[in-house]
Amino acid sequence: MESPALPGFQENALKAFAPQRAVREGQVEIIIYGVTNSVSLALMAIGFSLTFGISGLPNFAHGAFYLLGGILTWVFMNQLGLPYLVSALLSVLLIGALGFFLYWGLMLRLRGLAINEVIATLAVAIVIIEVLRWMGFSGFSYVLPPFVRGSLNIGGVWVDIQRLLLVGIGALLVVLLYLFTRRTRTGFSFRAIAQNERTAIAVGIDPDWTAALSLAMGSALAVVAGLTILPLGAIDTEMGYDILLYALAVGIIGGLESIPGAVLGSFILGFSQVLVATFLRAQWQTVVTLAAIVLILAVKPSGILGKYKELEERV
Amino acid sequence: MSQEVLLKVQKLTKVFGGIMAVCDLELEVRRGEFLGIIGPNGSGKTTLINLITGFVKPTSGKVLYRGQDITGKQPYRIACLGIARTFQMARTLQRLPAFKNIIVPLCSPRVTKFRGGKYGERDDVAIDILDDLGFERDSFVPYKMAGSLPHGYLKRLDLARCIALRPDLLILDELFSGMAMSEVAATLPMLEKFHREGLTIIMVEHRLRELFRVADRVMVMNFGQKIADGSPQEVMEQEQVQRAYLGTEVED
Amino acid sequence: MPEGGKYRKERLDRGIKARSDTLYVLASWKDLCYLLLPRVVPLGLLFILPVVLHGSYWEKVLFYSCIFGLLSLSWDLMAAVGLVSLGQALFFGAGAYMAGALNHYLGWPIFLSIPAGTLGGAAFCTILLVLVVRLRGVYFSIVTLILPLLFAHLIETLEILEGTHGLLSLSPYPSGWLAIYLAIVGLVVVLFGFRKLLDEDFGMILRGIKDDDRVIMAAGVNVYWYKAQAIFLAGAVGSFAGALMTHYYQFVGRSVLALDYTILPLAAVVMGGTGSFAGAVLGSFILVPLSEALRAMGGLRMALYGLILISALAALPEGIFHYLERKYHQFERMVKI
Repeated sequence: MESPALPGFQENALKAFAPQRAVREGQVEIIIYGVTNSVSLALMAIGFSLTFGISGLPNFAHGAFYLLGGILTWVFMNQLGLPYLVSALLSVLLIGALGFFLYWGLMLRLRGLAINEVIATLAVAIVIIEVLRWMGFSGFSYVLPPFVRGSLNIGGVWVDIQRLLLVGIGALLVVLLYLFTRRTRTGFSFRAIAQNERTAIAVGIDPDWTAALSLAMGSALAVVAGLTILPLGAIDTEMGYDILLYALAVGIIGGLESIPGAVLGSFILGFSQVLVATFLRAQWQTVVTLAAIVLILAVKPSGILGKYKELEERV
Repeated sequence: MSQEVLLKVQKLTKVFGGIMAVCDLELEVRRGEFLGIIGPNGSGKTTLINLITGFVKPTSGKVLYRGQDITGKQPYRIACLGIARTFQMARTLQRLPAFKNIIVPLCSPRVTKFRGGKYGERDDVAIDILDDLGFERDSFVPYKMAGSLPHGYLKRLDLARCIALRPDLLILDELFSGMAMSEVAATLPMLEKFHREGLTIIMVEHRLRELFRVADRVMVMNFGQKIADGSPQEVMEQEQVQRAYLGTEVED
Repeated sequence: MPEGGKYRKERLDRGIKARSDTLYVLASWKDLCYLLLPRVVPLGLLFILPVVLHGSYWEKVLFYSCIFGLLSLSWDLMAAVGLVSLGQALFFGAGAYMAGALNHYLGWPIFLSIPAGTLGGAAFCTILLVLVVRLRGVYFSIVTLILPLLFAHLIETLEILEGTHGLLSLSPYPSGWLAIYLAIVGLVVVLFGFRKLLDEDFGMILRGIKDDDRVIMAAGVNVYWYKAQAIFLAGAVGSFAGALMTHYYQFVGRSVLALDYTILPLAAVVMGGTGSFAGAVLGSFILVPLSEALRAMGGLRMALYGLILISALAALPEGIFHYLERKYHQFERMVKI
């Protein structure tokens, strides 16, 4: 059965990610859109949380990588004629490699002063995003295919299967990542580096390889998130900045150094956005997101679930 | 030694994650006393200092200074009330010359309130203070970047920073650690002099011989708790103290 | 590289002068020139340029260079106390809107709206940032990144300050000379003022805070009060730049809170050399004309600033000014070990 026209295209929201306005303000709609929105946010945020919260590397080019991954896939498919699966895989690997070499080429020199890392990665983000913007990769023609087409009727609401898949993929990734950071050796070394680099080195963890790997993984995750979410709309270069802001918001609200924190943050923000879009005007979403970041940092900087940071930011 | 209680610590507790760094600690320090605090590594001595001086907020309990509740106040406010502390790691302002390190406390409200008397030009006063503490006035030492000074000098610079604040209570965190015998021998008389002039001193130390020479009273900590409190001789004879430092006998 | 044997690079001060911490010993006219020329020549040039460039397109560029120079100085002062701002646009926008609003809604003339905009903008930003000044470095910077965006969106959604249309038809300067010389004099005063400030005890405390603020606190000094003062000063300078620009354009809109007003000063200071203030001005006077010359590139210029930032951070962290200063005061030679 054919689904209704893709919702969410408000005046300036070519963003694939715009939370849907629950047209009838029905509870089922709000719950469904809230969940899909929250999981989308979680997907966007986990890559960033992995590198910043867990490994201590602020990758402000996260949103740019999300964007670049989507565009690369589009280019491979539409200009090189490669099949979807190949394009997607290639993009994930390439951006992952980009993250890896970003560490070795740039971050390595700036290690130690977190703020220089932020500035550097922000600069990288700007370069990528503005070049892509200049090349014109925005608009209706830039779409990625969904994994599965069609839609289902749930409780009287039509939902794209892609959105349902999104929830599934997102949940799966979150669980996998949580297990990864808690149960595997590499996951441990990621956390060790963030907590106390010297001690980590003393027990034999190679800080550079670990950091580069975490950056690579985070970048790859950004692309995976893009591939899952972008098919819901069209590509817009402004996403490069937006995704970064959403990832920051999710992490800061929930607490950066934990996966459960990212999940909590994404659900709080996700539902807030849907509620705001439904009961107020859509433009308020961004205000709510940004204001949430500032408020949390002013009142409880370590986030709702965060505890570790409290020791340090008393300075 | 007067009867006035300068510092009173009531049921002070600090929990870090799952670890109880300081546990229900009670302490009274009278004006003019020289109190030593000893205990094995990790017994919570530095945490106690951080709690008293405001660098760490307690989980529960109170700190009273001259009857005033200073629990959890900002460190600079506590310093302005008259409590000065050194750091275990001899923190100084590395990129500034040594004497400029001393000018900083001279800019604090506590000192500027006492204008008149000794406190005239800040540069001269800073050099004076450093000279008293062994930084030869006519050498280039007071003008060197603090980051380039050897360890013993850094510790004395830390101490000088405290003295410049004209404190009523001086808390020293392992001042002698890392100092050579000669430096210790040179610094100890200074502490005695300050003590004679009426300064109340709390000294956390591992070098017990030197500490026992000057301390009136000693408190022993282990696992965040006070396990003994009395004169140096009394304390060292107690079984718990010996056990804490030396361990117990293994029964065959 | 000479053949045979091991060599090391040695740096020596040029024998041309004697220096101690606070006093310059002058032995000859040559010494005097050596000291004064680097300061007098650029200043002289700066004051003459408006006359030379009068009426041409480049006069506008000179004005913009001063504006961005002020913004860069504002950033550098905050960096000197350890606060890295990723949102200089907030100061710029606050001053711009305040001056514009006073002029538009209350009809205040330029000689009132500019000072009021400066002080009002500074107060506004200080109050906002003081709330988060306790945060660890990166988080403070994140807040500065977010705030301009937040306010831009607030202006749009709440439709205050004429929302997306902006405030139009504001009062112009009574004369073009006033605009340009106000900017130049402001720039010079702030440049030398900040340099002097950092040499005084106040500046020493700021540098100490950046170095190790726990020591400063243990010394009985209220770290937050000094940080607040630094933010206010930086805010005033940034707001001043915004107010000047508002009356130059006779318009103020959401664009004053755009990323451009953050990134260009950042790139300018990092390229020119943080901590020297002169580097900030130098960087602006290189980047702004460069950016105007490359106008055709449009949005790609932002990418250029980004590239410059990255290169500066990676390749020449000390910045151009420190490099030049070092070359001026010292020379290098290879010495056999």
